[in-house]
Amino acid sequence: MSNYIAGFIPRDGSLQGSRSAAYSLAMAVMAVLTLVGIASGVYSLYVGHEHTFGISREVPWGVLIAAYVFFVVTSTGLCIVSSLGHVFGYKEFLPIAKRAVYLSIVTIISGFLVIAFEIENSWRMPYGNVVGANLSSNIWWMGTLYGAYLVFMILEFIMLQRGNHKYSIILGLSGLLIGIAAHSNLGAVFGLLGGREYWHGPYMPIYFIVSAALSGCIAIIFFTCMAYKANGWKMSPVTKHSVHTVARTAILFLSTLMFFTIWKVIAGLTGVIPGKYQAMTMLISGDYAVNFWGGEVAMGLILPFVIIMIYKGKSLNALFFASILGMIGIYMMRYDLVIVGQLVPHFHGMRILNYPEQFSYTPSIYESLIVVGGIAFCGFMFLLGERVFYGHLSEK
Amino acid sequence: MKISDLEKLKSEGVEQLPSQERRNFLKLGFAVTGVYLGGTVLSLVSTFDADAAIRQGIPDGCEWPYSPHYTMVIRERRCIDCELCKVACVKTNNVPEYGYRTDILEIGAEAKHGLHDATFMPVLCNHCNRPPCVRVCPTTATWKDEVTGIVRMNPSRCIGCKTCMTACPYNARYFKEEIRAIDKCDFCWESRLSKGMKEPACVEACPAGVRMFGDLSDQKSEVFKLLHTQDAVVWVLRPETGATPNVYYTNI
Repeated sequence: MSNYIAGFIPRDGSLQGSRSAAYSLAMAVMAVLTLVGIASGVYSLYVGHEHTFGISREVPWGVLIAAYVFFVVTSTGLCIVSSLGHVFGYKEFLPIAKRAVYLSIVTIISGFLVIAFEIENSWRMPYGNVVGANLSSNIWWMGTLYGAYLVFMILEFIMLQRGNHKYSIILGLSGLLIGIAAHSNLGAVFGLLGGREYWHGPYMPIYFIVSAALSGCIAIIFFTCMAYKANGWKMSPVTKHSVHTVARTAILFLSTLMFFTIWKVIAGLTGVIPGKYQAMTMLISGDYAVNFWGGEVAMGLILPFVIIMIYKGKSLNALFFASILGMIGIYMMRYDLVIVGQLVPHFHGMRILNYPEQFSYTPSIYESLIVVGGIAFCGFMFLLGERVFYGHLSEK
Repeated sequence: MKISDLEKLKSEGVEQLPSQERRNFLKLGFAVTGVYLGGTVLSLVSTFDADAAIRQGIPDGCEWPYSPHYTMVIRERRCIDCELCKVACVKTNNVPEYGYRTDILEIGAEAKHGLHDATFMPVLCNHCNRPPCVRVCPTTATWKDEVTGIVRMNPSRCIGCKTCMTACPYNARYFKEEIRAIDKCDFCWESRLSKGMKEPACVEACPAGVRMFGDLSDQKSEVFKLLHTQDAVVWVLRPETGATPNVYYTNI
C-alpha cells in the first residue's frame, strides 16, 4: 500500500512545500474552521433546521444551496480547464492542469460537505436513490452523476500522478462529460420549475455551463497564484505563460457571461412578465441591487475583465487580484440566483390582502458557519495538497 | 347552522305582507324586466348562451384519468373565513402549530375608510395531474396515486432536500419536524378515505358548503355537476404552470 501511494506522490523535479510556521498555522486555522462548520451542521441536524437556519416554508433553499452551487460550479469549471490540457492537448494548459484536477476533487467534496448539512436526512439518500430512483428528477441525475464524476476525477488524478497518460485521458474525458451532464442537470433543477418564473426556461443549464467555465478559469488563477505566494516559490516562465493563457481564456467567458447577463436583464424587464419582472427588479433596483451591481456585475464581470485586459501577459499580481474579485463576484451570482428565484410569492398578482409583496431570507449564523466550514475545508485541502503533492509539478 | 338546514325551515308565507310591500316588489320586477328587455332589444342579440360559461384550466373532452378522480370544487363566494376547515385538518392530521396543510387567503382591494370588499380563498394541495413536486423528487418519496390521483407522501423515503417545496406552485408543502419529512394534504387519504370515510375532514367541517369533494369521473357526482353548470365561472390557480390542478374554484 505504501509503495502504491509512493507511486503517485511526485518527488523528482518537484517543488518543496513551505514548512514555515505560518503555513502550518494557516492549515490549523482552516482545520479548526472546518470542524466549527461541521459542529454547526451536526447541531442543526440534531435540533432541527427550523430552529437554526434562516430558511422557511416560503424560501426553503438558503445560503447552503448557494454555496453548494458555488462549489460544484467551480469543480466543473476546474475539470473543464484541466481537460483543455490533459484531454484536448492544449499544451499551454498543462502546467495548471494537475492542480486543477486535484482542486476539482476538493471543491466537489466541499460542496458535498455543505449540502450534507442542508439536506435534512442525507442518510436516507443511498437507499432512496437506488430503490426510489426517479429518472424524471434532475436532482436525482445531478446527485448520481456528480457521485460518478467524483469517482472518475479521483481515478484520473491517480492515473495522472502515476504518469499513465492513456488512462488519464480516457478518465479525464469521461469525468468531463459526466461533469457537464451533472452540471447542466443542476441548472435544470432550477430551469425546469414551471412555477418559478425567474428560473424557468432553457437559460439555466446553458448559463451554468458557461459560468462553470469562467469559474474554473478564475479559480485556477486564484489557486495557482496563491500556491506560489504561500510557498514562496518562483513561477517558471512556462507556468507563468500558462496562467496568462488561462486569463485570456477567462476574457472569452467573461464577455460571454456579460452578454448572457445583459439579455437576462432585458428579457426580465421587457413586457413586465409576471414573476420574472418582480424578481428582476429586486436585482437591479431592489433589495439585491448592491449584490447585483456591486458583486455580480462589478466584481464578477467588469473589474476582472478590465484588469485582465490591461495586465494580461504583464502582471501576475494583477491577475491574482482579478481572480479574488472574480471569486467573490461569482459567489454573489450563485447566492442571488438561488435566493431571488424564490422571493416572488406564489400567489403574486392576485390582490391577496396581508400577503407579502416579496418573501425574505437572511442566512442564520449556523448556516454561515457551515459555509465558512466548507470554504475552510477547501482551503485546508488546498494547502495540504501543495505540501503533499509538491506543487503539483510532476508533468514531464 | 348549515345553509342546508335553513332550507328545511317552514316558509312564513306572503299572506301577512302589506300591500305597499307587494307594490314595491312588483315595481322592482318591472324595472328589472324593463332594463333587460331594453338591453336585449338594443343589442339585437341574445343575452343567453348555454356554452358561455367561462372555464379556465379544465381539460378538454372531460377526460379524467383516475377512477375515482378525486377533486375539490371550492365555491369561493360562500367562504366566510370561519377556519373550521383548518381546525378540522389540524386535528385530523396532527398538523403542528408551525405548519398547515390548508389555509385561507383573503382577496380584496383596499377601499376608503379602511373598508374593503373581501373574498376568501381556501388553498390546499391541488393534486395536480402533472405534479411538479412528484417530477422533481429524487427518491419517489412523493408520488401520484395510480388509482385515485391523490399526491401522496412516504415520509420514510424523504431525504428532506425540499425540492418539492420549491417546485410546488401553490406553497402546499412544509417540512414536518416530528417525522423529519415533508407533509402535505392528501385529501385525508391516510386519516379518513382509506378507512372508508367519504370525504376529507375540511369538507365535513365546512358549515357553508364551500368545499365540495367527489369523483370527477362520475358524471352524477356533485363536483362534476358543479363544474358543468350553465353560466358557471370555473377556474384553477396558476394555470400557466402547466400542472393541471384538481382543485377548482367557482362563482356559484
